[in-house]
This record gives sequence, structure tokens and C-alpha cells, in this order.
Amino acid sequence: MTELFLRSIFSDNLALAYFLGMCTFLAVSRRFEVAFGLGLAMIVVETITVPINNLIYRWLLRDGALAWAGRSDLDLSFLMLIAAIGVIAATVQILEMVLDRFFPRLYRALGIFLPLITVNCAIFGASLFMVERRYDFAESVVYGFGSGLGWALAIWALAALRERIDESRVPKGLRGLGLAFTLTGFMSMGFAVFGGLKFG
Amino acid sequence: MNWRLKSGFKPVIEPILVNNPVTLQVLGICSALAVTTSLATSLVMSAALICVLTLSNGIISVIREHIPKSIRLIVQITIIASLVIVVDQLLQAYLFDMSKRLSVFVGLIVTNCIVLGRAEAFAMKNAPGASLLDGLGNGLGYAFILVTIGAVRELLGNGTLLGASVFVRADDGGWFTPLGLLALPPSAFFLLGLLVWAVRTIRPEQVEPVLTENDGNEAARR
Repeated sequence: MTELFLRSIFSDNLALAYFLGMCTFLAVSRRFEVAFGLGLAMIVVETITVPINNLIYRWLLRDGALAWAGRSDLDLSFLMLIAAIGVIAATVQILEMVLDRFFPRLYRALGIFLPLITVNCAIFGASLFMVERRYDFAESVVYGFGSGLGWALAIWALAALRERIDESRVPKGLRGLGLAFTLTGFMSMGFAVFGGLKFG
Repeated sequence: MNWRLKSGFKPVIEPILVNNPVTLQVLGICSALAVTTSLATSLVMSAALICVLTLSNGIISVIREHIPKSIRLIVQITIIASLVIVVDQLLQAYLFDMSKRLSVFVGLIVTNCIVLGRAEAFAMKNAPGASLLDGLGNGLGYAFILVTIGAVRELLGNGTLLGASVFVRADDGGWFTPLGLLALPPSAFFLLGLLVWAVRTIRPEQVEPVLTENDGNEAARR
């Protein structure tokens, strides 16, 4: 479990090793304050959606999963794409309403990011990886939280770097996007180094 | 640079260099970079995206008058997801090894911002014919970036193109020592950074303005 947790944060980082959620990652990393809120929202949504998708896959969609309903001959796993995106959209919508009702301050901080997250490939990708790597329920909770945290760490670090680097003089064509890519490349190398860690 | 083109083909040609969805609008990079370790995967991924983007643009445009405003995102995503499932199943049926190598990234076309972006920005407002062309053009723009990076990474990282040996490797008695870094994720970021730099040097009007205090908030609202 520890290994899965640390791997999902560092060497298997969704943003830096699998390029997931890059659009948001680059568009919202110009200011640290904004990036901080997005990172938090990401952790919350990942931790909720990955386990839910795990349950849906386990009890409804995978080959033979419907045995409890007497239909063990059905294999609905091709529906995972639509099911996962539906779950994510619904979760985000419900989360938005719950936050608005019970935690208005948190809602004001995260509110603008929640709709952005619905179509974020990092959330969707985490659910698909969970299916592909056959995590059980406990593992999917750990993986959801770990990969959300890893993504958040990456965007916080990049936002802090970009705030500094905006002040410096760089070649014109490189300003903004080009430089952000290059920085992300270096961060990706840094995070990948943790892949050498061994446990037990 | 002047683009003297017949207006009919403008939506196809323009997104490739002038208004590239990847380098200018920062869309669809999410799934783009992970599959560029070799030219073959880049080509298949590009083909898959072009199919989905062209068809989804066309279908959404045909029914655009009948989609209620309030649920349009759900309708669009369902159409896109259905198309992606078809493409994914086709790949699994006819190109199983390739589908294994592309892993989850074909499925990730569902959340590719180019597809939803073009549906929302173009197909909802234009006739089916124009929307098909727009989808094709933007798909080609994406393919251009993917194939360029895929070719460079395979050539310098492995000495091959599409699996055929181009530079003879030192292990096989040649002169070429593969650059291991190009097989790893960071190199894709560097190459894309350089590509953006190159495009913006050729077309200086795409250079980003210096940041002001409000920009962070604007990005958040987007």
C-alpha cells in the first residue's frame, strides 16, 4: 500500500509521467493562489470518484459482474467510458451542491474549479488506470488520494516557479507556454527520480 | 505569410499551422504526449482522434437545432463517448497490439479538450459541411504536432522510424547510440516547448503578452 501510495504521487505522477490534465495544468498555473485552489479540488474529486468507479466496475460492468443478478454471462466493460464520465460529472455536480449548502466558504474557494474538473483527463485517466491495473477497493481509495495529491503537488510547484520566472527576461517566442513546457519537463525528470525507491 | 487558398479548404488548412489547436490554444495536450514514444503509436492515435473529431463535429452540427441549451454538454459528451467506444472496439478487434500499447489513451479522447472545444465553439453554430471540415482541419493540426514529436522521439531515441532501422545502432555495428532520455516522458515536454518556440518565432503575433495582475483570475474564469 505504501509503495502504491508513493508511486502514485511521484514516479507515476498523472501530470508529469502520463501527461494527464495538461490543458488545465498549463492554463491555471500562472498564479499560485489559483493553482492552490485547483489542486485542493483535484484531491477531493479524485478521492471520491476513483473508488465509486471501482465499485461500479466491480459490481455492474466487468465480465461476470452481474452474477448477483443472475446474469453471469454479461460483459459490459465496454460501457466503462460512458459510465466513468457520467459518474464524474454527477459527483462534481453533487459535490458542488453539498459544498454550497454546508461549507459556503470552501465552496467560494473551489467553486470556479469544479466545472473545469469534469472534463479534466487526470480524473478520467485515474479511473481508467484503476480499471486497467485491476485495483481492489482499498487500493482504489489509496490510488485516488495519492494521484490527486501528486497532481496537486505538481501544479503548486509549477505555479510557484512560473510566478518567479515571469519576471525574468527570456526569448520572446519562449515566453509563457514554451517556457512552461520546458519547466514541466525538468520537474518531470525530478519526480521520475523517485521511481528508484524500493520498499520491503 | 499569406495563405492564398480557396475559401472552401481554409478551415482544413488553417488549424495546421496558423491556428494550431495544440500550440496556440493549449488544447488536447493531455493525451497527446504520452503516445509519442514511437511514430506508429502517434499515427494511430492521430487517426483515431481525426475520426472522432470529424464525426462528432458533424453529428453535433446536424442535431444542433434540437439540443436544449441547458443539457448540451451532457449530450455532446455522450455523443463523443459513444464514438470513442466504437473506435476503441475497432482497434481492439483489428489492431490488438496497438490498442494495448495505446493503453487508456484512446479512451481519454473523450475528455480531449479539442473535441469538446470544437463541438462547443464551432459545431453548435455552423452547418454540418463546414463543421466536418473544421473537425478534419483541427484533427490534422493535432496530428501534425503528434507525428512530428513521435518521429523525432523514435528516430533519436531508438534509431528507427516505424520500426525500420534508419540510423544503424552501435550494438549492431553502426555508429548511432540511442538517446535514452527521448524514450522518457520529460523529453516530450522539452520537444513540445521547442516546437512552440519555433512556431512563435515564425509567427510573432502568437507571442503571449507580459502578464498583468488580473490574468490569473481570467484564466480561472475560463
